[in-house]
Amino acid sequence: MPVIETFGLEKRYLVGFWRKRERIGLHPLNLSVEDGEVFGFLGPNGAGKTTTLKLLMGLIFPTAGSANILGLPHYDHRVKARIGYLPENPYFYDHLTAEELLEYLAQLSGVDARDRKRRVQEMLARVGLTESSRMQLRKFSKGMLQRVGIAQAILHEPQVVFLDEPMSGLDPIGRREVRDLIQRLKDEGRTVFFSTHILSDAESLCDRVAVIHKGELRGVGAVADLTSRVTGEVEVLWQGAAATPALIALGAEVHATGEIGRATLAETQLDAAIDAIRRAHAKLIAVTPVRSTLEDYFVERLGPGASTSDAPREKTGVRG
Amino acid sequence: MNARIGWIAFNTFREAVRDRVLYNLIAFALIMTAAAVLVGQISIQIERIVVVNLGLTAISIFGIIIAIFIGVGLVAKEIEKRTLYTVLSRPVRRWEFIVGKFFGLTWTLVVNTFFMALGLFAALLYVAGQYTRADLWLLVALYFIVLQFFLMTALALLFSSFSTPIMSSVFAFAVFLIGTFADELHDVAQMLPGVSKFLVNGLAYLVPNFAALNVISQVAHGEPIEPRLIALNSLYALLYSVAAISFAALIFDRRNLK
Repeated sequence: MPVIETFGLEKRYLVGFWRKRERIGLHPLNLSVEDGEVFGFLGPNGAGKTTTLKLLMGLIFPTAGSANILGLPHYDHRVKARIGYLPENPYFYDHLTAEELLEYLAQLSGVDARDRKRRVQEMLARVGLTESSRMQLRKFSKGMLQRVGIAQAILHEPQVVFLDEPMSGLDPIGRREVRDLIQRLKDEGRTVFFSTHILSDAESLCDRVAVIHKGELRGVGAVADLTSRVTGEVEVLWQGAAATPALIALGAEVHATGEIGRATLAETQLDAAIDAIRRAHAKLIAVTPVRSTLEDYFVERLGPGASTSDAPREKTGVRG
Repeated sequence: MNARIGWIAFNTFREAVRDRVLYNLIAFALIMTAAAVLVGQISIQIERIVVVNLGLTAISIFGIIIAIFIGVGLVAKEIEKRTLYTVLSRPVRRWEFIVGKFFGLTWTLVVNTFFMALGLFAALLYVAGQYTRADLWLLVALYFIVLQFFLMTALALLFSSFSTPIMSSVFAFAVFLIGTFADELHDVAQMLPGVSKFLVNGLAYLVPNFAALNVISQVAHGEPIEPRLIALNSLYALLYSVAAISFAALIFDRRNLK
């Protein structure tokens, strides 16, 4: 059963001072997210990701359409107790400590008074902020605020967690910790809906992704399917410099570093390439089919002119 | 009052205290000390009048300034800094947020007034040497001042629900000034012809009647306050505040947060 459903959810704004013009923040959006999924909402900056999340949170109102969360209208009071939300670049009350903020937000979420203190301490430990728990938030770095933001989003053990750019402002260690945390939420059976423009994060975490661009949904797909599509090319890895000219002669794109050579060529030329390596008495190390990446899908969905660089391909396969 | 309103009110109070709003008490203490010492050379009766007049006026002005300046920023600041996002994504209704903010600031003002009142009574004891029965009316004057704060906070919240903090402050100050001279405005209306009379009279009724809540001069002279006035003023402040807060909540309920 879908836990998030949108039905033609749309947002238009009037901009300009004298002569009002209409700007579309979100074209009618039809989307559904299943229970227990980690769903990535991908798009470049300004694509409409935050607008969608703000609509779902009831912070702004749709011009048309509707949305359901957990089978109830998204604005229903009962829904709010069962969802968690991390806004983009979160900012919190300067005058509070991390502990006080979490306690306050737990109170507003209706967390039982007996559980509150324990839950707050658990969350602080989970995001690695136990030592800074009594420091005022005005002294927190951007990364620390992001961690507090994640802690407040999951504090009340919500069934559905909405995260707007959760990796933003984090260093590589922080990003990895957040990835682990999202994985843990999934393991606990929670549904996670997160927006990002960092594709590697989405590829490693999501069950399904949607691509949005200029306020318009461009595609939805399962990450496993999108990244398992073969491209008709293989990558060959070998040891022995003597084989390099023969591979080049086959028309392969060859990169050699010392004795190790790597070539990408059409699958139909694989037998010829292996023969060439044997003839040169070189050692075949691996043959790997080249598969499409999430980035390929993303760039394809964004359409021509949307990409600024060639999409690199990622290799997966059986070692030879 | 539901628990969420209580928590929002408590957080608003805590924020005001930590943002050093109560530092105005130091300025008040200095005014009261200076007044008590300086009027020491004047005769007993006038000493009391001066200290009561000065003390109650200072309490009123300090509180009104806090009510306006903090009041117009109560919601605007939360929208600007986006602290509101994590509150409204929880089971908190928008009207609960407005009401919580209202009670948070009015509670801050009540605490502020309490400490100022202690200072006033201390200064009074210093200059008069003892308390008299007439000093009890001071409590009524203080109560009316608190009612003024309720009205002003409600109006500041109402203006800030549809306007910028700067414009809201201007509106709030204008309403305070007009409300302070509401009785004079009625007198002016009597002298005007036709539609102007109707409009000026309407304006005088629309703005809160701060004049009716000002009994400083009476209590300074030891005159009693009629129980009927206490009851009517209480009812008036209650109804006016509820109406202003309801409008504020109604407007805020339809607002898109940026």
